[in-house]
This record gives sequence, C-alpha cells and structure tokens, in this order.
Amino acid sequence: MNRLLAALASRLVIVVPYLWLLVFFLVPFVIVFKISLSFTALAMPPYTPVFDLQQGLSGLMAALGELTVENYLWLFQDQLYVNAYLSSLWIAAVSTVLALLVGYPLAYGMARAPESVRPVLLMLVILPFWTSFLIRVYAWIGILKPEGLLNQFLFFLGAIDEPLIILNTNTAIYIGIVYSYLPFMVLPIYATLERMDHSLVEAAQDLGCPPVTAFWKVTFPLSMPGVVAGSMLVFIPAVGEFVIPDLLGGSRTLMIGKTLWQEFFSNRDWPVASAVAVILLVILIVPIMLFQRAQARAQEKGL
Amino acid sequence: MAGHWGRFNVVSLVFGFAFLYLPIVLLVIYSFNESQLVTVWAGFSTRWYVALFSNQGLLDAAWVTVRVAFLSATTATVLGTLAALALTRYTRFRGRVLFSGMVFAPLVMPEVITGLSLLLLFVAMNLDRGFMTVTIAHITFSMCFVAVVVQSRLITFDRSLEEAALDLGATPVRAFFQVTLPVIMPAVLAGWMLAFTLSLDDLVIASFTSGPGATTLPMKIYSQVRLGVTPEINAVSTILIAVVSVGVIVASLVTKRAEVQRRRDEQMAARG
Repeated sequence: MNRLLAALASRLVIVVPYLWLLVFFLVPFVIVFKISLSFTALAMPPYTPVFDLQQGLSGLMAALGELTVENYLWLFQDQLYVNAYLSSLWIAAVSTVLALLVGYPLAYGMARAPESVRPVLLMLVILPFWTSFLIRVYAWIGILKPEGLLNQFLFFLGAIDEPLIILNTNTAIYIGIVYSYLPFMVLPIYATLERMDHSLVEAAQDLGCPPVTAFWKVTFPLSMPGVVAGSMLVFIPAVGEFVIPDLLGGSRTLMIGKTLWQEFFSNRDWPVASAVAVILLVILIVPIMLFQRAQARAQEKGL
Repeated sequence: MAGHWGRFNVVSLVFGFAFLYLPIVLLVIYSFNESQLVTVWAGFSTRWYVALFSNQGLLDAAWVTVRVAFLSATTATVLGTLAALALTRYTRFRGRVLFSGMVFAPLVMPEVITGLSLLLLFVAMNLDRGFMTVTIAHITFSMCFVAVVVQSRLITFDRSLEEAALDLGATPVRAFFQVTLPVIMPAVLAGWMLAFTLSLDDLVIASFTSGPGATTLPMKIYSQVRLGVTPEINAVSTILIAVVSVGVIVASLVTKRAEVQRRRDEQMAARG
C-alpha cells in the first residue's frame, strides 16, 4: 500500500505540473497558430472557421480546407508589419548593447568589491527588479519630458537653452529598456565574474601583460557565458516589449509588441494579431534556444 | 576574486547605482509635492495620499490585485516546486525535453504572446474572463520562475539526508515533508515572493486575460498614466515600492538568519 502510494506520488510530481503547462502553455500556442490561419469575421469570437470536435473527422477536414495563409501574406505585403519587426529587432539590439555597456562595469565593480559588501550590492541590484516594472517606466516620463526634471537640471546648469526632446523618441525607449532590464544583464555577468579565478589575471600580469590587455584576453572571454545569458535575457523580452514603447515612445515608434496590442485591442483583428504573434515567435526561436542551451549547460555544471 | 576598491570600480558602481535608483528616488520625492504639476516643487504635502484613500476605483483594483497575487503565488509555488522536483529527481521520463522547454520558455517569452495565447485558449474553452482567468494566467508564468529558484536549491541539496530518512523507514512522501522541504524552504519562500510580486506587477498578461469586474491595479495605473503624469500615481507608486522593498528586505534578513541557524545546526550535528 505504502509502495503504491509512493509510486503514485512520484508520478504526480511529474504529471501535475506537466499537465498544467501542456494545457495552459502549449495548447494556447496551437490555438494561436490555428487562428492565425483563419478568416477574419465579425462574429464573437471574431474568426472562422470555428473548429468543432463534434463534427468528427469530416468536420476537421472541412475546417482544414477553410484555413488560409491570407493573414501571413497580408503581413508580408504590408510594409507596416515588416518595418515593425525590423525596428523591434534593431531597438532590442541597440538596447542590449547599451545595457551591456552599462551593466558590465557595474557587474565587474561588484565582483571586485570586498567580499563583505558584495551581498549588499547584490541586494541593491535585485531590489529595483522587485518593484513594479510599470512604475519604473512611469518614473522616466517625469524625468524625460520637455518640462521634466532632466531639462530643468540642464537649464539650471546652463548647459542648454532649448529643452532636449527625448520623450516620445527612440532614445527614450533605449533608456527605458536599459533601465528596466539592467538587473537581468548584471546578475549573470556578476555570477561568472565572481566565480572566476582571479589568479589567472594575476598570472597574465606577472607575465608582463598590461591590465587592459589582461582584461580583454583573460577576464572578458571567461565571462562570456554570463554575457550571452544576460544579453539574451535583455534582447528576447525587449523585442516583444509593449509597455516601454507605448509609454516612452512616440506615435511614430514602430515595435511589434505595440502593433500586436493595437491589432488586438483597437482593430479587433484576432487572426492578424495571431499571425503577428506566430512570426514573432519564429523570429525569437533562435535566441530562445541559445538561452535554453546556456541554462541547461549551467545546470549540468551545478551552478 | 580578490576584493579591493579600485577607482574604476568605485566610479562604475556609483554610476550604475545612481542610474538604478535616481528615477525611483525622484518619483518618491515628488509624490510629496503640494503642486498639481508633477515637475514643479511647491512644498511638502501628503494631500495626494489622502486623495488616494478616497479613490474607490483604485482601492477596488488594489484589492483584486492582492487576491489574485496571493492565490496565484500560492498555487504557482506548489506547481513550481513539483516541477523543480521532477526536473532534478527524474532525469529520464518520456517528454522530459518538452517539459524542461515548457518550464524555461515562459521566462523569456514576450508577454504579449503569452497574454494573447492564453486569452484565445479561454475563449476556445468558453470561460468567462475575469478573476479566475487572470489567476490561471499568472500561475502559468510564475510557476516557471518558482521552478527555477527551487531547482537551483535542490541541485545543491545533499540527498544522503533523504536517503537516511528512507533507510530509517520513512515513506518517500514523509521523507520529503520532514527532511527535504525544511531544507529547501528558504528557496520555496523566495519563489513564493517572486511569484507574488510578478503577479502584483503584471500589466500585459492581465490586460489580455481579465474581464469586466477584475481590473487589476497595474491596469488601473496604466489607464491613468496614459492620460499623463499625476501626483496621485506617484503616491500609489510610492506605497507599492515601500511595501515591496520592506517585504524583500525582511525576507532576505529572515532567510539569512535561517541559513546561519542551519549552518550552526549542521556543525553541531557533525560534531555529534
């Protein structure tokens, strides 16, 4: 009896979360894919064909016959969507590089700080991540707008005569993404730098290597896993970002997350919104696989 | 790594932390601004906090949010801990690759995709959108974060402790609850807190999966922010920041104390 119970328990450990993720993570993607192949209709739910299991196989075949790739053709024909994808990738890439430029020195400084203060520094990096994302983006509106705090400060210094227009431009989006995702960049890099054997750098320097060269030849290559993980953690969500371009970007800012949102909430075009999501996913599959491989490798090492 | 302060390191730390904290600090300061204009300082005042507590819509949204967060974090912690156990204990089972893929993918999945796909599922299932659907959506993505946090603790867990309990006649279920769970408890609690704040914070997924009568606080804040910066939003934000910061700091102190206690116990046990 006990053994039976134990066997059952070990099954449940796997089956329960597995089923949950199947139903609420995988099946939804299948539905998105299916709807992306449907015609737009003015019904609720606004799409056809409606898939009906009760009609059996013939119903299935009939439904399949009604599927259409029209939504995808539409996406590729309309320059708006193509531009939105390209500009999302570009904005995410620029932001990732900027986040690396800000995050790496910070992670490096943390890893080189005295051991006793490292936990405090770590805490300080993590803390903003816990506070609301929306609020942190919102905080920048008051700083960046034409009569905002940054311009007031620059006027006070006498550095400018005209207010800088930053809000509602791509610069504001870069700032927003770097700011919001910085902890994701800093933490993996810090983890690799902190574990690094510093005697390697000392050895290089003993052999006559100048500190800067030692950094590029020893430290940086060794921190590469952290850099890759951090960059993926910034790049992937940034491509599909909605809140930042919506609040900080201008009306002319094209980002695919925003386009999908508008397609869904304003135009109520579910099939096109689904097709947008499917293509976004296809674009992100390569970086997601890279990230997963890095995760799996880190796990094997027991890190 | 050797620890010492270099000039470059200090500069990058100061610059980095200033960048991280200055916007939040400014936001908090200006929540105490007397003026209606957010960026013009007109003296200290708590009037916006007073105004907040008579804003019924905001209070209702806050109550919905807290309930969703509590329910989803608790369920996500159970499911996430199970998923972490499955991934660390059972290295071979059918569909393990798919399973680990489904655990890690939501961590980086753009929220618009998760939100849209869940909404379409709920529509296909004919579920009325509202409190339950938001909660299910939050459970789904936050359980993956819990799984990662708990898994990192389980990997370093000394399994001989559990084996000893089994040798002494404990059932696996009992061994888990009496030996393993107490050891991984800090990670489980950290996972719960992470799930709770993720739920508290979420705008995009909630917007897709929520329905009438289940407006969450981020949705409410977002609709007001779109109309412009107001001191009242600064005040709500300050309260949220304060609650979360205090929670995180207290939790980290508690886990730190528990960790110290555990090490002391282990040393005592080792000495016999």
